[in-house]
Formats: sequence, C-alpha cells, structure tokens
Amino acid sequence: MPNNVMFFAEHTDAGFGKSAFEGMSEGRRLANQLNGTLTAVVIGAGTQDNAQELAQYGADRILICDDPALNDFDADQFTSILVDIVKQNTPDILLFGTSLNDKAVATLLATRLDLGVATECLKFTLQEERLVATRTMYGGKLVAQVMIEGKPQIACIRANAFPIIQDLRITEQIMVEPQLKVSKIRVIDKKLNSLDKVVELTEATVIVSGGRAMGGPDFSLLEELADLLGGAVGASRVAVDQGWRPHSDQVGQTGKVVSPKLYVACGISGAMQHLAGMGTSECIVAINKDNQAPIFHYADYGIVEDVFEMVPAIIEELKRQGR
Amino acid sequence: MDIVVLMKQVPDTSALIRIGEDKVSISTEDVKWVINHYDEMAVEEALRIKEQQGKGKVTVLTVGKETAVATLRTVLAMGADEGILISDPALEAIDPQITAKVIAAALKNIHFDLIIAGHRAVDDDAYFVPTAVAEYLSIPFLSMVIRQEIKEGKIQCVQTVKNGSMVVETELPALIATQRGLNEPRYPTMLNIMKAKKKSVEIKTLSDIGLSLEEFGPNALKTKITSLTYAPKRKAGEMIDGETVGEKATQLVQLLRAKAVIL
Repeated sequence: MPNNVMFFAEHTDAGFGKSAFEGMSEGRRLANQLNGTLTAVVIGAGTQDNAQELAQYGADRILICDDPALNDFDADQFTSILVDIVKQNTPDILLFGTSLNDKAVATLLATRLDLGVATECLKFTLQEERLVATRTMYGGKLVAQVMIEGKPQIACIRANAFPIIQDLRITEQIMVEPQLKVSKIRVIDKKLNSLDKVVELTEATVIVSGGRAMGGPDFSLLEELADLLGGAVGASRVAVDQGWRPHSDQVGQTGKVVSPKLYVACGISGAMQHLAGMGTSECIVAINKDNQAPIFHYADYGIVEDVFEMVPAIIEELKRQGR
Repeated sequence: MDIVVLMKQVPDTSALIRIGEDKVSISTEDVKWVINHYDEMAVEEALRIKEQQGKGKVTVLTVGKETAVATLRTVLAMGADEGILISDPALEAIDPQITAKVIAAALKNIHFDLIIAGHRAVDDDAYFVPTAVAEYLSIPFLSMVIRQEIKEGKIQCVQTVKNGSMVVETELPALIATQRGLNEPRYPTMLNIMKAKKKSVEIKTLSDIGLSLEEFGPNALKTKITSLTYAPKRKAGEMIDGETVGEKATQLVQLLRAKAVIL
C-alpha cells in the first residue's frame, strides 16, 4: 500500500487562496519522500470549475464535492463529508491550510475520529514514515517538535511557511456525492469586502503596519505603500485599541500571527507582544522617530525618521523605479 | 440564564518563558499567570448577559494546576458566581484533546444554557478546545463572535470571517467563542474583590467528574511534544543613515532588492 497524503484545499467565493497552493506543494513533497500519492479534496459550491488549478501543484487525484447547498461554509457539514472521504480513502497524512475554517474542519474531524491535530505548523519532517511537526508556542518564544498520534495524522500549516512549487501532473478528477444534513446554524446576512481588493493579512507577502505614531485613523500613506508592494495593511495593538483600525488588522500575540516576506513597522515601538505576532517575518523594516524604540533591537533595517516624512519618500522611490 | 465560561490560565504575554528540566514543558517557577485574554472577554460577556437579564448564574470552569485558583479568584472578583477547577495528578500529561474531554465530562453535571470560551489560548495557539467541547456535547458552535443577542431560545451572533463578517443564528444551548472587538473586560472593584473571598471555588479530581484514571496519562496524548527549544533570537540589523529621507529611501529600496525581498 503506498503512503497517501491528502490535502483539504479550502475553496471560497474567491477560489483558492495562496495557502491552498502552499499546502499542496508541501503535500507533494511529503508524498514524494514516502513514495506515495497526493490527493486533493475540494468541498463547496462551484468547485468543479476551479479544481483543475490544483493539478499544477502536484495532485495525483482531486476529489470534488460540488453542491449549491455548500455555498456557505459550515464546519459541521464540511467535516461530515470529509469524514466519509477519509474513511473511504484511508490517507496516512491529512493536511489543511491556514484559515480559521481550515482549523475548524481539522479540529472537528480530529474530535470525531479521536485523532491528534497540530495547528500552525511551520515545517514537517518524517521519522520512520511518520509526520513530525514543527510549530511555535508561547507567542513565538519557543519552538516545539510535535508527534501527532493516529491515522491519518492531521496538521494545519501556517501561511507563508512553505514554498509554492509548480508540478503539473496528469490528474484524475473524481466527483463525490455529498450526504447532506440539516445545518444547525442559519446564515442571516453576509457582509464581505470586494474580493479583488482584499489581501488577507495572514497570507500577505508584504505587510505595512502602523502604530501609535500614526496619531489617528488616517492610514492612507500605509495603504498606498502596501498597494505598491502588493501587500496588506496591519496595525499594532495600540492603533486598534484607539479605534483607528479594525480588530481584524491587529498583529500580535492577541491578534493575528503573520509571517510575511517583508514587514514594515511604521511608528510601532515593538513590545514583546507585537514581536510575538510578526517575529517569523523574513525581513523586518522599522521606521520610528525614537531611536530607543525596542523594535530596532530586532529589525533587519532600521530608520530613525518620522513616518510621515519617510513613508512618502519610499513611495516616491518605488514610483521612480516604475512601480 | 445559566452560563458557563471556559477559562485557561496562561503565562503573562510579556513574561520570560524558560524551558523546564524535562525539555518538553516550561518551567513554572516564577511564572506570572494571567487569564487568557480571550477568556477574559468571555467572562465579561457572560456577566453582561446576566446583568441584562437580571438573573442567572455565571460559572467559570478551568482545567489545570492549583495555581489556577488565583485566576479563578480574579474572575470571581469580576462578578462571576462560582469557580470550578478540575485538577488531578493524572493530568500532568495533558494536550488540547484531553482538556476538551475533561471539560465535556465536567459539564455533564452542570446546568447551562450557553457556554462562552475564548477562540484560542495564547500559550499553545491550538484553536482546539471550544470546537471539541461543543462536539462532545452535541451542541452548535459559533466562533469569532464580536456581538451576540439572545432571543426566544436562540442566539444570534455577528462573527468575523476571512474578508468581512457574517450574521448567524442557532438554537440554545450553544457554545460561542470570543474574538477581539466583542467587549472591553472590566476591572474588579475593591468591593467585588472582598465579596469574591466568600464565593466558592470547587476543586474536583477526575474521579469526581466520573472519569476513570486509566483513560488518562502519557499514553492518552494525541499530540506529544518531543522537544522544546528557544526560538532563534532576531538580531538588530543595519541602521540606514543618510542626509535626507530621499537618500534613506534609495538605500532601503536598494537593499531590499539586493536581498530579493522585493522584486
């Protein structure tokens, strides 16, 4: 029996997110090491049209569950479908992406099958064909190696932790008929931002964040810089507590944990709880008037300047170079 | 309405964390323990519901070591009616799966119409317990709640989702999990701190809640930490100097390009 890796690829109104391709690529890498196969699972409404996209990232098989009744995410419903798929296909490893919906399905499935699950994983290794996960704990202060018990071994990845690798294959597509049940939860209203503008903070490659020195809710400078770099805007706890930015923008131990390629901290002093939310960023740039700000102790590049003078200069420089 | 809040005691987020001698857990000596921030919001929301309705009981439930009694006293001082700690030597080896099983078992003997929990604990970031507890109790679960309204046996919640928000409704009893934005937790008043001293904190063992010890211990773990190390410390990098902000900008963009951080 070959070792099978399965990946649950989250599909939303906007199609697949970046973490779906990251998870597929890592699933392929593990399947190769195990001489096994990679199966993608897609559950939702209108999934059949997009599923082929996953063939580019190393899927041997794609199991597609496409039903208009699955338009709204419902952890209970999606998990029930996935439990049936897992029982029929008996994967050894089952990976998930990074969103809260991914975590909800992973944890619910683990509960129903009495299995272990590791969330927010940064790295995987194999020991005697068993998955060992690397994840951070205590606000990024410690790194843990975690053995996940049972079969399948279940794990969720952290965004931006795994490279996307193209690997186009001849992929078998299999339609799965869902056994639908009556949902316990009724959706009354949805307020979603326009899909083309939104870069989800945890998945963003570049984040430009503002803190106390922003002095008010006008973050338009940071938005312009983020736009130029194809990134998203974040905020420190102070900026959120002041009501300048929504809670969903908060980066830190009590907000979102992000890991972008580039993190630009604008007027953020850089307390320990902020570092906990962005300490695994590949490159940190700090702009702060106060040369004693703690953030300069861990930024890769530091600039002692007023944000409102420095950020426009960076914007100008990028535009001059044709951005 | 009877409300149960699930609480976890965690190290203060600004505290130094040291790895214990066993290399798989943290040293608990000199740790400043606090209530998990999201659970504090859960307590606050429970108190607001009780105050609004003018009746009901708020019970706070936790699993952990005896040090958690101090944190239970804090939430009693906020206004909660009763604290329950499940503590047992057999829980020395614990993971989110075991925690959820223990909580679900304890809840079999407590009356509730609503359970409120934090959506995650900031120490292990597992996101596991609220989902699993709702599943074990076969009640609906709504996470990332920033507003709630209870009416005629139903709860309606606004929850944050990936790129916006949703309004959803379900039948009670249910479990909801808090997200930042729900409320600002109150500070205990002097009067309530005094009152809290008379309130009861019950400490129960596994057998008290009808669980057999054989199902617990290291072999029951579904996730096992095999090693803990300190995260590599980030070092201070380069300070960018220049006569003007324009010069600094040119240098920064050059450096970021050279390192292929931006293309």
